Amino acid sequence: MTPRRLTVFFVALLALAWGFLPAFTVTLLSYIGLYALVAAGLVMLTGVGGMTSFGQAAFVGIGAYATAWVCTSPDVAAALGGQVGPALLPWLGLLLGLLLTAAVAWGLGAITVKLSGHYLPLGTIAWGLSLYFLFGNMALLGGHTGISGVPPLVVAGFSLASPRSLGLVIWAVLLLVLWAMHNLLDSREGRAIRALKGGRVMAESMGVNTAHYRLKVFVLAALLAALSGWLYAHLQRFVNPTPFNLNIGIEFLFMAVVGGAGHLWGAVLGAALITLLKAQLQDLLPQLLGSSGNFEVVVFGLLMLLVLHRFPAGLWPTFARITQRWVKAGAVPPPQAAMALAQQHLPPAGEVLLQAHEVTKRFGGLLANNAVSMDVKAGEVHALIGPNGAGKSTFFNMISGVDDASDGEVRLMGRVMTGRPSRDFAALGLGRTFQHVRLLSTRSVLENVALGAHRRGRRGWLAAMLRLDRAEEAALLAEARQQIERCGLGPYADAPASSLALGQQRVVEIARALAGQPAVLLLDEPAAGLRHLEKQALATLLGQLRSEGLGILVVEHDMEFVMNLADRITVLEFGCVIAHGTPAQVQADPRVLDAYLGGSDDLVEAAA
Amino acid sequence: MDLQIALVLAQDGIVNGAVYGLMALALVLVFSVTRVIFIPQGELVAFAALSMAALHTGGVPHTLWLLLALALATLLTEAWRYRRGAAVDWGATLLWTVALPGVACVLVLLRPTSVLAQALATLSLVVPLGPLLYRLVYRPLADATVLMLLIVSVALHGVLVGLGLLFFGAEGSRTPAFSELRFEVGGLTVTGQALVVVGVALVLVVAMYLFFERSIIGKALRATAMNRVGARLMGIPTELAGDLSFALAALIGAVSGLLIAPLTTVYYDTGFLIGLKGFVAAIMGGLASYPLALGGALLVGQLESFSSFWASAFKEVLVFTLIIPVLWWRSMKSHHVEDEE
Repeated sequence: MTPRRLTVFFVALLALAWGFLPAFTVTLLSYIGLYALVAAGLVMLTGVGGMTSFGQAAFVGIGAYATAWVCTSPDVAAALGGQVGPALLPWLGLLLGLLLTAAVAWGLGAITVKLSGHYLPLGTIAWGLSLYFLFGNMALLGGHTGISGVPPLVVAGFSLASPRSLGLVIWAVLLLVLWAMHNLLDSREGRAIRALKGGRVMAESMGVNTAHYRLKVFVLAALLAALSGWLYAHLQRFVNPTPFNLNIGIEFLFMAVVGGAGHLWGAVLGAALITLLKAQLQDLLPQLLGSSGNFEVVVFGLLMLLVLHRFPAGLWPTFARITQRWVKAGAVPPPQAAMALAQQHLPPAGEVLLQAHEVTKRFGGLLANNAVSMDVKAGEVHALIGPNGAGKSTFFNMISGVDDASDGEVRLMGRVMTGRPSRDFAALGLGRTFQHVRLLSTRSVLENVALGAHRRGRRGWLAAMLRLDRAEEAALLAEARQQIERCGLGPYADAPASSLALGQQRVVEIARALAGQPAVLLLDEPAAGLRHLEKQALATLLGQLRSEGLGILVVEHDMEFVMNLADRITVLEFGCVIAHGTPAQVQADPRVLDAYLGGSDDLVEAAA
Repeated sequence: MDLQIALVLAQDGIVNGAVYGLMALALVLVFSVTRVIFIPQGELVAFAALSMAALHTGGVPHTLWLLLALALATLLTEAWRYRRGAAVDWGATLLWTVALPGVACVLVLLRPTSVLAQALATLSLVVPLGPLLYRLVYRPLADATVLMLLIVSVALHGVLVGLGLLFFGAEGSRTPAFSELRFEVGGLTVTGQALVVVGVALVLVVAMYLFFERSIIGKALRATAMNRVGARLMGIPTELAGDLSFALAALIGAVSGLLIAPLTTVYYDTGFLIGLKGFVAAIMGGLASYPLALGGALLVGQLESFSSFWASAFKEVLVFTLIIPVLWWRSMKSHHVEDEE
């Protein structure tokens, strides 16, 4: 039994049983479907994208109020002058709701996406409260009493007035959305979204505009909430501010987190659990406590704390593990004939690719880099060495766009890069690895490496959701697989990245950088944690890349590795360049021997 | 509007702003030391105000049972950790779980009649809640992301609001003023209560300043806020830092509750809005700068006060929408992306 067959089986079962279920169950299932739609957006936002929102209920409210207003307001009817039939009004309402939601979410997102992750949720709390007060105080929207008499949906002359018929539509919409989200996550754009959670610096270095992607995910989640609100208004046939207040927004987040914020089906599980539990608690708690009130929030809150303490990934992974005995993952379909990816021409050997000119970096009174100049040419390996604390990492950050120099300038491919983000460096052909490995630990090696080829694909979100991107996706994965083979990690391609040894993870990072087809490769301690034979293999690979015309900059502590590989070496100490030249020149330099006193044995040994 | 009304509104704004400033102070303190965005800060305010009101009517505030339950749970947790070989600072643990709740029991069950004694009893009820909640809820997740801790905070907020409804009912309460004094300055009536609020807020701010600038524990907290790992390596126990920052936050919350209880009717869920307004102020300072947060609090107070005159129905909308230009301004200032912790 594969997950796909199981899903189809359950969907068919639900469809067959739908006509025979009691009315109460149908209503309950309809609400679960509506909530799961919102929770699915939160899964994309929280579990996948690493952001969150407490204000989704407000977006549901916009969707619901928009259609209620359009369908019932005499002003709208007068403005349209009878041009639009009553059956079309709900669709106009949907359009208005989606447009309004997109505009609001875009505005709110745009001002917070550049800030640290906690500003967006704080903004959504404030925004959720404001909108609730706004709904309740606008005469146009009926104030606290709301709008009644919302007409049912009519599709092709068929009225969806009964919950049984509309519930079917709700679940069809939910399943379609889940399918589209699943497709989106299983694509180039999906990898970029997942990369947001793995650290923005890494994602930017792969050429992903993280602010832009965060914004898009936020708008997507908001649109799903608005869609749910539209269906809600036509199910209830009545809207008032209460179901859109902040508490309900928080409940939506509970659904996503309890179900499993990293899994789309977790949204359905969470929505079902919380909805059923709430129905039970609303009967039980007042009896138990002897007074009425919104006490289920206490139980929900405690449940949430328990889940976050004991099952930080939600209940879905546990659920999936239990059912693993009966459900086996289906075989991955073989990749189709791959289309060709765009190839870049490497500059001729000897051309200066990356140039740092008198780069200085001050942190307050501390001078981390003092007028450091160096360059990387095509077809050479340039090593940057120096004792711990010499300022290598600071320098590395400045030549890769992670940080700005206080003084001096960095040029890449002849262009001044001052103030440019690291994704612009990636766009000009710079690939890099990180000193502290930054991989998406639960994703496969293949997916991690394919992220490196992000910039070489073009297809967008809609194409991914509708599976129109398969040819390009196959080409990207083929490229990733090729780079993994080349780096000698072929057998591990489908293993989760975290299952590899640390040294191998560093090599995965190299493969990821190569998948972007860079002209300049910056490697931060690539040999750390590798065994002797692995180091030899790495040296061979780098030598091969050099002969292909790449310019490579290596920061490394392993002297034997550096001395045997590098064409040129720059030595940093206390933020200053103290020596520069061929390995032989550097090894003979008395200042270098001084700097490495205690470590000078290494140099002498390597020289011997 | 004439000058007279403007002055009255401005005075109201300053008084409310002082309370929001205290909130902002507590939020910045807790966030910088523990990375926790302490949404339930407002609930402590409501608990204090409503406990004070219960004491005033001669009842036993149910906060006491919450305190005892949390103390017992913490004691059991620490004992369990100790058995499993974890290092437990028993001195601090007994202080929070036995000594202070004991004092609270005595103070509350004595049925104090003077306002001062009632205020003291309220403080003894609410202050230990801070470190107890920290130990039970946040400490097991010390390595979680800021985002996770925020979600935990929101869950805890839900629990405490629900408990507030259970303990104090849906009706609001108001306590008598600390000072019935009234006098006129240039045609403006100044109430003694307003002076008490601003005075106590100022005293707290100065006391906090001296604590952080002069005392070794205050310096240790600041060191922890700047660099947790570094502080730990220097021998500053991060657990102490967590306990202490939450205790200070609870103290500030309790005092704020006492201050606003005579000014307005406090309901079980009033604290949340007060806390959030403190947040809007704290965000102006990037959750890091105390002076900017205090300035922000005064601005929030004024905005609220004047908008209640011009557009009272949209008062809350205007105050919370203020967050948008503030975030926009902070966003303009940020440049390169940074990794989150």
